[in-house]
Amino acid sequence: MHTTALRGSGSNRPPLVLLVPACAAALLALLPLGYLGVRALDRGVGYAWDVIADGRTVVLLARSLGLAAVVVLGSLVLGVSLALLIVRTAVPRAGLWSVLATLPLAVPSYVAAFAWLSAAPGLAGFTGAALALTLVSFPYVYLPVAATLRGIDPAQEEAARSLGLGPMAALWRVTLPQLRPAAAGGGLLVALYVLSDFGAVSLMRYDTFTRAIHTSYRASFDRTPAAALSVVLVVMTVALVAAEARSRGRAGHARNGRGAARPATPAALGRWRVPALGWLCVVTAAAVAFPLATLAYWLAVGNSATWDGARLAAAAWTTLGVAAAGAALTTALALPVGVIAARYRGRTAHLLEQAAYAGHALPGITVALSLVFFAVRYARPVYQELPLLICAYAVLFLPVAVAATRAAVLQAPPILEDLARSLGRTPLRVLREVTVRLAAPGVAAGAALTFVVCMKELPATLLLRPTGMDTLAIRLWTETGTGSYAAAAPYAAALILLAAIPSYLLGRHRP
Amino acid sequence: MTRSWSHRLAAFVAVAALVPTLTACSGDDAGLVIYSGRNQGLVEPILQKLEKAIGTKVEVRYGDSAELSAQILEEGENTKAGLFFSQDAGALGALSKEDRLAGLPQATLDRVDAAYRSAKGDWVGVSGRVRVLVYNPGKVPTPPASVHDLVKPEWKGKIGYAPTNASFQAFVTGMRVLEGDESTRKWLEGLKANSPKAYGNNIEALDGVDSGEVSIALLNHYYWYERVAEKGEASVTAKVHYLPAGDPGGLVNVAGVGMLKGADEKQSEYAQKAADYLLSEEAQKYFAEDTKEYPLAAGVSQAKGLPALSSLNPPKIDLGQLDSLKETLAMIQGVGLV
Repeated sequence: MHTTALRGSGSNRPPLVLLVPACAAALLALLPLGYLGVRALDRGVGYAWDVIADGRTVVLLARSLGLAAVVVLGSLVLGVSLALLIVRTAVPRAGLWSVLATLPLAVPSYVAAFAWLSAAPGLAGFTGAALALTLVSFPYVYLPVAATLRGIDPAQEEAARSLGLGPMAALWRVTLPQLRPAAAGGGLLVALYVLSDFGAVSLMRYDTFTRAIHTSYRASFDRTPAAALSVVLVVMTVALVAAEARSRGRAGHARNGRGAARPATPAALGRWRVPALGWLCVVTAAAVAFPLATLAYWLAVGNSATWDGARLAAAAWTTLGVAAAGAALTTALALPVGVIAARYRGRTAHLLEQAAYAGHALPGITVALSLVFFAVRYARPVYQELPLLICAYAVLFLPVAVAATRAAVLQAPPILEDLARSLGRTPLRVLREVTVRLAAPGVAAGAALTFVVCMKELPATLLLRPTGMDTLAIRLWTETGTGSYAAAAPYAAALILLAAIPSYLLGRHRP
Repeated sequence: MTRSWSHRLAAFVAVAALVPTLTACSGDDAGLVIYSGRNQGLVEPILQKLEKAIGTKVEVRYGDSAELSAQILEEGENTKAGLFFSQDAGALGALSKEDRLAGLPQATLDRVDAAYRSAKGDWVGVSGRVRVLVYNPGKVPTPPASVHDLVKPEWKGKIGYAPTNASFQAFVTGMRVLEGDESTRKWLEGLKANSPKAYGNNIEALDGVDSGEVSIALLNHYYWYERVAEKGEASVTAKVHYLPAGDPGGLVNVAGVGMLKGADEKQSEYAQKAADYLLSEEAQKYFAEDTKEYPLAAGVSQAKGLPALSSLNPPKIDLGQLDSLKETLAMIQGVGLV
């Protein structure tokens, strides 16, 4: 199966109607890079180079990459195994498991880390950081892999079986290769997430690159070294994105025509029923039930649990509002980039996709300071107003939405677009009436995912929100700042419960 | 099916786009904007009283001291803030060095002992926090007399500390200023040789002592008092130990305020009033009783149960010099403690 392009009269250039908004999105995503350039070179190339070339930089880089590798591996194992069990086997209550496998997304990394640390202080360090990060990020792999599994035409595996392959061999040789792009895309998001994470590594006291950047802001009150270090993260991001693009190849997996595929017949589990259920229980208990139980414990003890219902409700409402706006803007910006990434080859397409990922591995504080820098100079009216905060969310989470859009467009058969073009539709109409409509469920899933990650964001929210505005994550940070874990627990619980709604929809979502 | 999906998506986008415009209408002009690196839970009550006392609307932006000072530097002359309320002297010293702070009137400065304010006259300490040892009496009956004793072999594996915490770094900076770089490096090497347990912050270090994971930890005095307020003294195992006169481990650091350059005249006026209010008897009593810190303006005494600041005889040091944190960090990293 081949992907043909949504191309205009034989050329392989994206039409302007896609290219212009995609470039706007890319420019916004590149803002932090401009800032980093200005700041890193503040004291000359020599100084920046001294910071980067320090022996410690290499050590921290190795630690960050090592952590990312382990977490990606763990997430692949958990995400792919859960997706196979839930989508392709006759495991009882598959719908419920599917929701449970998505819910860990709702758990902020710092809450997961705190839960594990309070139960087992010995976990601090690499093990704890890897564990907490894997348990909150494996849904990034589970979701696209499960979606792809549901979209795969079972006829292919059946054909392989009829040619004499056993069920495992058919799975291995026909189905798994088709999961590779989805798994690689999810793995990339996990890797970038780990590189940018501050909460879990900080609680687990595991020194990584991002933690060093934070320490640098803290220790020297000097933005130059932090900026120079951030540039290294950007370079790493570009390398990772390029490696992922290489690994997935450009093959598409669209069927010709929607609605022709039946769902695959779920495989009977037989004597594997108990181990399979056990695995699902262990993973979801560790990733969802355990942090919730820890919060329940903190709610139950301690005298600082003074319920401020009004404050909780206000923070919850604000969180929903900014996260919805963040998800809306991010999805809108991601749409043209995602379509181009899925349908076009060539340098422009490559550069646009890479630009969209530029800010993703950067610590939130770096992105926030870059927006402070630009806004106080060129956009004073929106400084410390909601539009700027929403833009920060878009810069931070554009890749999440781009990845979802790209995957959704890849699964939509391009022949329909070609057909519409040949019938004389303009590129805009093709986009609106064919591409977006076919990809809509996947795009909506991306929006829900972005919504969840916006809800949990802390460092950028801290610097860019309108003065006096509180989100649940900020309340949580405020209360734990004084050690009032019991007072923090309601906010953490509310955050998880609210983020559970889009996670629930994602888990139930069928393409 | 697909049609309804795209409609739903469009509706979602439309609603989401409306939300910010609805909530954005709240941002009218404030009389005074305070950037507070101090925790909201700790200072919100007194800042609400401050609003009444200075007679104008006060907007407080809470954040992390270091991150807010980075933000102020990034904002430059365009800052929205009139007053920076910092958790420690280091962040104020850094802003002072970059020339971001306007001077305070001498009358305001004079309300506080010269040891707890900027020599340049551009920031003033509001409350004091003392470095102490917190120990687990089940593990160590008698805590050491000096922080210097912690490098003795008998403390191997028993010490907890928070190397990335600003207060720990300020303490090491203080030691460098007091005793010189060479002897501080030796002390840090001795500490490292005793394989201390690194915690992410003071609260976790306190947890470590409480649970017996470590026997003793270096932290600020009020963490212990806050824990007692949170859980009740009966369920806190750890005990607090003040270091003797002049010991570098007993450094007194301050939380303080500075007026920002770039704020308009009106805001500067309010900022000045606000600084005065924070040094008033009412505010100083609040810090003594509610946050268990040491009041710094003359005439107000500390909370019951705390030794008098004068009796502690902390080491004499220019807190403005605590901004040489970069060298400290390089040293801590060089020794391998971070």
